[in-house]
Amino acid sequence: MTDKIDVAELKPKDFQSDQDVRWCPGCGDYSVLAQVQKISPKLGIKKEDFVWVAGIGCSSRFPYYMDTYGMHTIHGRAPAIATGIKVARPELSVWVSTGDGDLMSIGGNHFIHACRKNIDLKLILFNNQIYGLTKGQYSPTSAKGKVTKSSPYGSVDYPFNPTSLALGSEATFVARTLDRDTKHLQKMLLRAGEHKGIAFLEVYQNCLIFNDGVYKSYTDKETKSDSIISLEQGEPLLFGKNFDKGIKLDGFKPVVVDLNDGKHSIDDLLVHDEFDEAPIRAFIYSHMTDDPSMPTPIGVFRQIRKQTYDEAVNEQIDIVTAKKGEGDLESLLFSGNTWEVE
Amino acid sequence: MAKEEKNGKKIQQLENVTVMFAGDSGDGMQLTGTQFSDTTAFLGNDLSTLPDYPSEIRAPLGTLYGVSGFQLHFGSSNVYTPGDNPDVLVAMNPAALKVNVKNLKPRGIIICNSDAFDAKNLKLAEYDSNPIEDDSLSEFKVFPVPITSLTIAALKDCGLKPKEVTRSKNFFALGLMYWLFNEPLEPTLEWVNQKFAKKPEIICGNEKALKSGFYLGENTELFASRYKIAKAKLPSGTYRSISGNEATAIGLIAASKLSGLPLFLGSYPITPATDILHHLSKYKNFGVKTLQAEDEIAGIASSIGASFGGNLAVTTTSGPGLALKTEATGLALMAELPLVIVNVQRGGPSTGLPTKTEQSDLLQAMYGRSGESPVAVIAATSPSDCFYMAIEACRLALKYMVPVILLTDGYIANGAEPWRIPHTSELEKIEVTQRTDPEGFQPYDRDENLARPWAVPGTPGLEHRIGGLEKANITGNVSHDPENHHLMSQIRAEKIENMQKVIPDIEVDGDEEGELLILGWGGTMGSIIEAVKDARKKGLKVSRAHLQYINPFPKNLGEVLSKFDKVLVPEINMGQLAKILRERYLIPVIQFNKMRGLPLKTFEITEKIAEILGGNND
Repeated sequence: MTDKIDVAELKPKDFQSDQDVRWCPGCGDYSVLAQVQKISPKLGIKKEDFVWVAGIGCSSRFPYYMDTYGMHTIHGRAPAIATGIKVARPELSVWVSTGDGDLMSIGGNHFIHACRKNIDLKLILFNNQIYGLTKGQYSPTSAKGKVTKSSPYGSVDYPFNPTSLALGSEATFVARTLDRDTKHLQKMLLRAGEHKGIAFLEVYQNCLIFNDGVYKSYTDKETKSDSIISLEQGEPLLFGKNFDKGIKLDGFKPVVVDLNDGKHSIDDLLVHDEFDEAPIRAFIYSHMTDDPSMPTPIGVFRQIRKQTYDEAVNEQIDIVTAKKGEGDLESLLFSGNTWEVE
Repeated sequence: MAKEEKNGKKIQQLENVTVMFAGDSGDGMQLTGTQFSDTTAFLGNDLSTLPDYPSEIRAPLGTLYGVSGFQLHFGSSNVYTPGDNPDVLVAMNPAALKVNVKNLKPRGIIICNSDAFDAKNLKLAEYDSNPIEDDSLSEFKVFPVPITSLTIAALKDCGLKPKEVTRSKNFFALGLMYWLFNEPLEPTLEWVNQKFAKKPEIICGNEKALKSGFYLGENTELFASRYKIAKAKLPSGTYRSISGNEATAIGLIAASKLSGLPLFLGSYPITPATDILHHLSKYKNFGVKTLQAEDEIAGIASSIGASFGGNLAVTTTSGPGLALKTEATGLALMAELPLVIVNVQRGGPSTGLPTKTEQSDLLQAMYGRSGESPVAVIAATSPSDCFYMAIEACRLALKYMVPVILLTDGYIANGAEPWRIPHTSELEKIEVTQRTDPEGFQPYDRDENLARPWAVPGTPGLEHRIGGLEKANITGNVSHDPENHHLMSQIRAEKIENMQKVIPDIEVDGDEEGELLILGWGGTMGSIIEAVKDARKKGLKVSRAHLQYINPFPKNLGEVLSKFDKVLVPEINMGQLAKILRERYLIPVIQFNKMRGLPLKTFEITEKIAEILGGNND
């Protein structure tokens, strides 16, 4: 327990709990924890106003390592529990750490509804495309054909693309980052933390034990410039070692063009606008994910501002109270058709 | 006792009457019954109601399975049940007659809409010949009234569409019943005028239908006499008619005021509990936050979050929903957070009988979770008792930092009774402490009741983590220590047992020792009270006690039970309380169980008492 600290004086170490971190050595989760602890003091939020909520899975142990209020709950339900906290106490900054099994499978329903209702939560999805805590089964984000303990002949499932799902559910902030790109990770966490409304951040996270190297092409020096495209506000979609490749739209289909082929210029390329009200373009980018012929986008896909759920709830309470006056129990008890018995 | 009225009709005084309104599920029988109840209550009669309807919203017209009924028992002495058998049946079609006539008392009155007894409806109701024309109803007094055509004639100038005109026929029947029981039209007319203030043609239609029904009784030779029921001798005070679900909702708001905590309800619509959500969502000006969740699990999960956030948190559901909330209930008890779970029991298992009553979730409430997971279980005994038990559920949850399951049932939830309204000043405050002092704070520290401190987010210096993993006592750190788990399992059980110190002892109605005690729980109280009264009238010596607290039991229960040679436990299940009593007190209890989706019939319990005591029951 710590004494009250001025927000301006908060340091990353103030967010470190006294519990030993128990993830496997080399796990991508360490990186997320370190960056969260780095950005938390920058948000201008009092330490006691942070709440971290988690379900079940490796990433869901996260709250134990944050010296904030926290709840380690049950599988898949963290967004629903966090929703209750936020609606009850709108002044709190409520964060959820979750995994691809927790959020995309057992908690899928809570996820899409938290997005739909624009609950002001920060959902940090640690997507490692595997069930780690149960020792290696394919998850709803594992690629088709994935060989695991529960799919010895390869998984026959088609995977979810969490970013597409978030966009389809009308999330007001949707971003993606990589555990190994700490600078980008930090930037995205900060953006998510500053967003008012549901903030969905997908972190491509490496599971060293059960799914090592699943994001190798996105993080290796030799391959990453061709396999990753970083979305930058107001900028054309460029990638490649010398930023000489780009994405243009052919109808609704994104295609890769070579800027050195003499046929294309930078003006042909899609220009990113994360503040676009319509999620259509963002959805098109999200479909470039895991397509070997396309770079996979990272960055902020979408950020728009609309009334949050708790704002709407409180607005309604204010309006009804202004109209009817503050509720009086005695008059409520004696309301309706009453009669006297002598 | 009869006296002559001016127009030559007699007024007969009755002590109590049971009336059944029955028709198609779209005929407005529930509304008709509710209006009749409200007016009757307003006149000072005691009453009890039983809405009995199918789970289809508008089942196909004229079918036997589409019959919707509303039974009402009212009288001048204490009325505890909606009545075993109606004295009067209002049947809007042949199917309604067929379904309900078997319950009607011999010499009972049948008022039926003769217009609806056509070939098609008779066939749908599986009648070979028209029962109002053949002699199959000779043991009853049958009054065929062409309600549809009389309504059409009366409403011709209101400017309503033909469909709206025929839909008003329930008010014609209601008007006739008001005449028959010497009741005023004004309360219903006032209701119509308020409800349809912006639709003058609907007001016109309802008013004309109601009055035409009334005048039919007044001006024709159809009925030779009408009836009057004297006012009930009820304790003095201000009364209103209240259903169990409304009482639960108001009780929760009262608990919010009494504790000074904002009320949060996370809920998913489910019959027959949804009305609690409806009621609470109206009271935004009490600061009530109602969250209609995406599913049952999110309903309880959001409530757990709100509880962690320091609100008075509630979730409401019925049997299948309680099953879905199982795992989260375990989390709330592991995290030691206050939470109220209201379960309005219905016929099960699975989807079962959504609109019918049952007491079959007792074992689920007691044991239906993984691991050793004791929660408090309490039960309301009547519609108005839901108010007090809702407050009690909140009080126990907040004092002991535990989930409390409040069991009501479809019968008391939808049924109504007159309620002497308490003043706010009569309600005991609920003391709540939320920790603010960081000095020496430990998340799983214990007070004298073994409750841990409630430290809510936003409080500086009390940052801590809770959750579903086993925690070390006092520090609240994750612990897999064998001795600690044993200790914590015991503490969680002991917290519930500690409630015996504050819950009231069970009281015995009748002698405190003897041959037979009838022990019931929850919504069967009315039936048991009336059965015991009837048994005593027959000279049988029997005592009665009723449980509102099941986990823990009142501390004197064992002693009370030990004073009787025999204990009879009537339940609307296969013997769930009986099972718990046998296990807890090692006594042989006699079961009486019926699972028809209906309240227990008084006479059946009386017969059972007579059988046990060897008395005759004629």
